[in-house]
Amino acid sequence: MSTYIIRRLLYAIPIALGVSIVCFALVYIAPGDPLQTILPEDASEETIAMVKKAYGFDKPIAVQYGIWLGKVLTGDFGMSIATGRPVTEELFRALANTVMLSAGAVIAAFSLAFVIGTFAGYRVGTPSDRAVTGIAVIGVSIPNYWLAIVLVIIFAVELNVLPATGMGPRGSETFNPFQWDHFKYLILPIITLSLIPIGIITRTTRSAVAEVLNQDFVETLRAKGLMEAEILLHVVKNALPQVLAVMGLQFGYLMGGSILVETIFTWPGTGFLLNKAILTRDLPVLQGTILILAIIFVTTNLVIDLLQTAVDPRLKR
Amino acid sequence: MSDATVNNLQPKASEVAPALKVRSYWQTVGYRLRYDYMTLFFGFVVILIILSAIFAPLLAPMDPYQSSMLNRLKPIGYKDFILGTDELGRDILSRILYGGRISLTMGILPVFIATVIGGLLGIIAGFVGGRTNMTIMRIMDVFYAFPSILLAVAISGALGGGIFNGMMSLTLVFIPPLCRVAETATSQVRNLDFVEAARATGASTFSIIRVHILGNVLGPILIYSSSLVSVSILIASGLSFLGLGVTPPEPDWGLMLNTLRQAIYIQPVICALPGVAILVTSICFNLVSDGLRSAMDVRM
Repeated sequence: MSTYIIRRLLYAIPIALGVSIVCFALVYIAPGDPLQTILPEDASEETIAMVKKAYGFDKPIAVQYGIWLGKVLTGDFGMSIATGRPVTEELFRALANTVMLSAGAVIAAFSLAFVIGTFAGYRVGTPSDRAVTGIAVIGVSIPNYWLAIVLVIIFAVELNVLPATGMGPRGSETFNPFQWDHFKYLILPIITLSLIPIGIITRTTRSAVAEVLNQDFVETLRAKGLMEAEILLHVVKNALPQVLAVMGLQFGYLMGGSILVETIFTWPGTGFLLNKAILTRDLPVLQGTILILAIIFVTTNLVIDLLQTAVDPRLKR
Repeated sequence: MSDATVNNLQPKASEVAPALKVRSYWQTVGYRLRYDYMTLFFGFVVILIILSAIFAPLLAPMDPYQSSMLNRLKPIGYKDFILGTDELGRDILSRILYGGRISLTMGILPVFIATVIGGLLGIIAGFVGGRTNMTIMRIMDVFYAFPSILLAVAISGALGGGIFNGMMSLTLVFIPPLCRVAETATSQVRNLDFVEAARATGASTFSIIRVHILGNVLGPILIYSSSLVSVSILIASGLSFLGLGVTPPEPDWGLMLNTLRQAIYIQPVICALPGVAILVTSICFNLVSDGLRSAMDVRM
């Protein structure tokens, strides 16, 4: 087991390096000079050379990458061009807000999807199973940015019961999700984000439960005279690891994929930060945010992989 | 997805009605599809959507670019505007019809190009194996480390807006998963006896790939890429929504949704309309892809 863990960890290092190269390259595929935005139009050759030197753009690319990587590893993502503040500072504040949304959405999705997925898995082929599968297809097909707008129209514009945008009432310093005044700002974004995970977790649960029910040991349990509720417990226990793994993957996806939903709800998370960075062409922020989100995604996948192997050693390759 | 395992639980058409004569694989697929009314229906809708985009100039009641300050944000059914007007007084119905051209192109073309490139790379990696496989697949792994929307946003965010940049970033997003599907399928087939037999009878590498590998690999690849079309439409519209894909005044579903968003307090229903177009298209493509998957009995 420990050799397996070490091998998986070692394997993650080149991936993480590759990810960092892609993020570093983002600045170079961008059209125009990366310094264009901070230099005045009439900057003299001398000033340009000076600024280039100050930012290290006069060195060969490989050296620049090395310097950049060294800084990133110590938590220095450079300065935001738009605000002049360190990227790290803005990034980690935003990250906490996105984690709150993503975790909330995944937990909400799991609670609902596991129940209806198990229900459908018990009734494969029946009309109620088809209905559940249909809901799952709609879940993965709905553009969540559209759903966000529709929810805002219904609950904020027409019914006026939930806030349309923002995070917490005006003027409040800290966000406390356990207070209704604050919590209601979470509701619409979480519903929107949970839609895709609901679709995917339902499908996974349905097929996992159907697969377990088809195994011989269920027959044995029935023959032993167990009650249906006790059998259900066994079925759930066997289907759960697979479903939890998918749930974890969905968390990773939401962390990186919440840009549209956060933009609509002006939720100050990483997605919103990313959108601002794109609009203002703030490349250091863009680079840092994407790097962190990708690393989170890789780490989530790695942790899930290891946990799954710990639960079911047969998966070890 | 693990859906394939569930499909196996359902009786296959061939088991329900014992076949009198032996059908070829594609005949079986056609037979199953013929009785899959759901898939046939949604396939029909997909064709209708594509046709209405192609023939938009004939179908659209008005000029999609013609704005009118007097007719801004009118409700459904106002004068001749069947679906109302947008924030510049342009006819929504005409813009949705025309918008289908860009939205569908951005949904289908990147998947097509990625299928060719990714499929080719995957077949090469799977067939040659060894170090070539290592190199190709490890590079793909790096791109796998990004959630698809994030990668698309990252690339087109760095490159800047525009249809071309948007399509390029989508293509790059879809190459790795398609490459992986092709590689898995190819390396499974590569060592089977009939490939060995073909080699022993003196078949050239090229004809082995053309006949035996492609014949067995194309199914899974096509099924997978058909399932990506709906993802691609969603991401492409998402990019336009962020102002990264299509640029105004071009009609595009995602962009329309974005510009109309400012007007939700004035005409809420109108603002949701372009999203309905995205939703219907995406659902239909998804269901057709699911139907094809079970008809072709591909396990993934």
